[in-house]
Amino acid sequence: MALADARARLPQLIAEDLDEAADRHWLEQLAKGSIRYTPLVALDAADGLILDITGCTHLFGGEQGLAADIEARMARLRMTVRTAFASTAGAARALARYQALPAKDEASAIRRLPVVALELDPEATQGLIRAGLKTVGDLAKLPMSTIAARFGGEAATALRHLLGEAQRPIRPLIPIAPVVAERRFAEPVARTEYALEVLGELTAEVARQMEERGEGGRRFEASFFRSDGLIRPLAVETGQPTRDCAMVIRLMNERIEGLSDPIDPGFGFDLIRLSVPVVETLAVTQLRLEGGAVKEAEVAALIDRLSTRLGRNRIRRLAAQDTHIPEQMQLELPAVETSRPVADWPEAVPGEPPLRPLHLFDPPQPIEVMAGVPDGPPHRFRWRRKLHDIKRFEGPERIASEWWKRRDGAIDKPGLTRDYYRVEDVRGRRFWVFRHGLFGEKPKPQWYLHGLFA
Amino acid sequence: MRESIDHLVMLKRNLASIAGGKLLSGDHRIATGHAALDEVLGGGFGRGRLHELFAETGDDAGSVTGFATMLALRAVGRRSPIFWLRTDESERLGGRLHGPGLIELGGDPDSLVVGVAPDTKALLKAAADAARCPGLSALIVECHGQCPALDLTASRRLALAAEQSGVTLFLLRLEAQPVPSAADTRWMVAAAPSQPLEAGAPGRPMFEIELLRRRAGPAGMRWRLEWNRDRLIFCDPALSGAVVPLSPSRSAPSPAGLRLSA
Repeated sequence: MALADARARLPQLIAEDLDEAADRHWLEQLAKGSIRYTPLVALDAADGLILDITGCTHLFGGEQGLAADIEARMARLRMTVRTAFASTAGAARALARYQALPAKDEASAIRRLPVVALELDPEATQGLIRAGLKTVGDLAKLPMSTIAARFGGEAATALRHLLGEAQRPIRPLIPIAPVVAERRFAEPVARTEYALEVLGELTAEVARQMEERGEGGRRFEASFFRSDGLIRPLAVETGQPTRDCAMVIRLMNERIEGLSDPIDPGFGFDLIRLSVPVVETLAVTQLRLEGGAVKEAEVAALIDRLSTRLGRNRIRRLAAQDTHIPEQMQLELPAVETSRPVADWPEAVPGEPPLRPLHLFDPPQPIEVMAGVPDGPPHRFRWRRKLHDIKRFEGPERIASEWWKRRDGAIDKPGLTRDYYRVEDVRGRRFWVFRHGLFGEKPKPQWYLHGLFA
Repeated sequence: MRESIDHLVMLKRNLASIAGGKLLSGDHRIATGHAALDEVLGGGFGRGRLHELFAETGDDAGSVTGFATMLALRAVGRRSPIFWLRTDESERLGGRLHGPGLIELGGDPDSLVVGVAPDTKALLKAAADAARCPGLSALIVECHGQCPALDLTASRRLALAAEQSGVTLFLLRLEAQPVPSAADTRWMVAAAPSQPLEAGAPGRPMFEIELLRRRAGPAGMRWRLEWNRDRLIFCDPALSGAVVPLSPSRSAPSPAGLRLSA
């Protein structure tokens, strides 16, 4: 039906534009909320959720109880849902979307589905209907080889999926964590302090589990399930694998303190779960008498705490890169990540003064330069509105661009070359300046200040 | 009257014993290698103490950070971790810390951890935490601007934490004027012309430092220091052969000009 027809029939109709991003976001929210039923929840197209409820139904009093719980919760959110149960994900999906009348069992319900439920392309569906095959059952009576020959291999595969003869795995929204502990409450818990106390007990529980496995966690994720379906996630990371409860709790507290909006229990939490998605081998260690390991552990703990409070990208380590372009020579990586690139740092030449600055501006700062001869060293320059008279200089150190890394690069048309000068002004400040481009390459090259020496 | 003066002296002595903390022996000091400087400081910079370094002008920022890096290297050696805390503003105004440049000063970039706080308040909180961590040996905190949050209480907190954990803390104050603080020593650092190499090339890093204040002794002296990267030591440029002209305004202070620490 076109919108104009609908408006003609119902003048007070409200029309909204389709917002796919918002719909997807909402579906993801619902999917996260459905983790209360099963850890395996997958998104299905634009408007469906697939839940793998194997072994989960007894908690809700069977399949009917679970469906009733879902419907009640969704009704509270003003959502209309259609639920269906089947032995395979594909069959359940088809039943939820295409079933018109109830049937006595799963097999007959599937056989009664219209052929649209196979979700083939429109021409193939049209072909099936023209051949007089109205339902899946009609099609299933034919031998598979005939179906494949007449209607294509896809039709045969789709039928096998529906009948449960072939399995199609679902992709869960949240991969299952190797170590999980959770606590369900008969009555929702409305006090945050108590919820945090329970989190402490769960931490001890996962620590015990990890000790049995000889592992330590690198990432800890706590989820507070509110009774109105919202979930408050809380995650902390550590630089070294750990199962030290006190430290994890401290990091969690650090994260809670840093939250812009505090944890709001609303009508209360009815489930608290702590999972450890990233684990690494951690053997039982003995403290060293000289205390070296203790010192390293203390520094690692400090890095974890500050990374948790300020954000993991704010506590960094430097890693070398194999290039000669100065600003690309180092990467700044989060210090909680222990993996590092393999490149080695360059070595200093004994007896030479520092040839590279301690501080590097990225991007370089443009300066106004007066030079004696066009291609010569600078005489004086203006940086941040201050004039610096150059007394000593060394250079140029010529650094060519890496033309082989440029998309349109070729050896006959390289990028601009930089001529670097180490200069010292009359007061003794040492700078690293460069001219971007030789005079042959560019009519009026720009000068930049790239770094500050000690 | 006489009695009250006696009381005053006794009170002062009591206060000094409370505020001064433990006296440091020779092995608890970081010798710079510059003989005159070490003699005045009684062996060098105190370990587990707060040292404040001011930049003479905004353009001396590179010298102050370089000087602090060198002191930290003197304190911990090449391989021990150095923690460097700064703010977004220092990243913007002073540029990023450059690993190859640290190597050129004698350090190892793999042992450097850089923390960048969004503002001064977060910086001070992180600094207090880091100063309490006994696993660290040297901590460099870079503050930009006058920082009203960094008052006497905040610096006292940092100094106490450093004293308890044994972390040597260098507090860099860029574009700031000295205010009362609990620092063990306070310095004004400026760049100085280096001794030229062949063809007039700039030489090794050279600094002019002034001791502004010291908890336990006179202050007001000036020195020139040159950094020797290969030996990881400061030296006196006058002893290494060159003549350093001192301008009249920068002459060595007379004894009357010495200021006693307050």
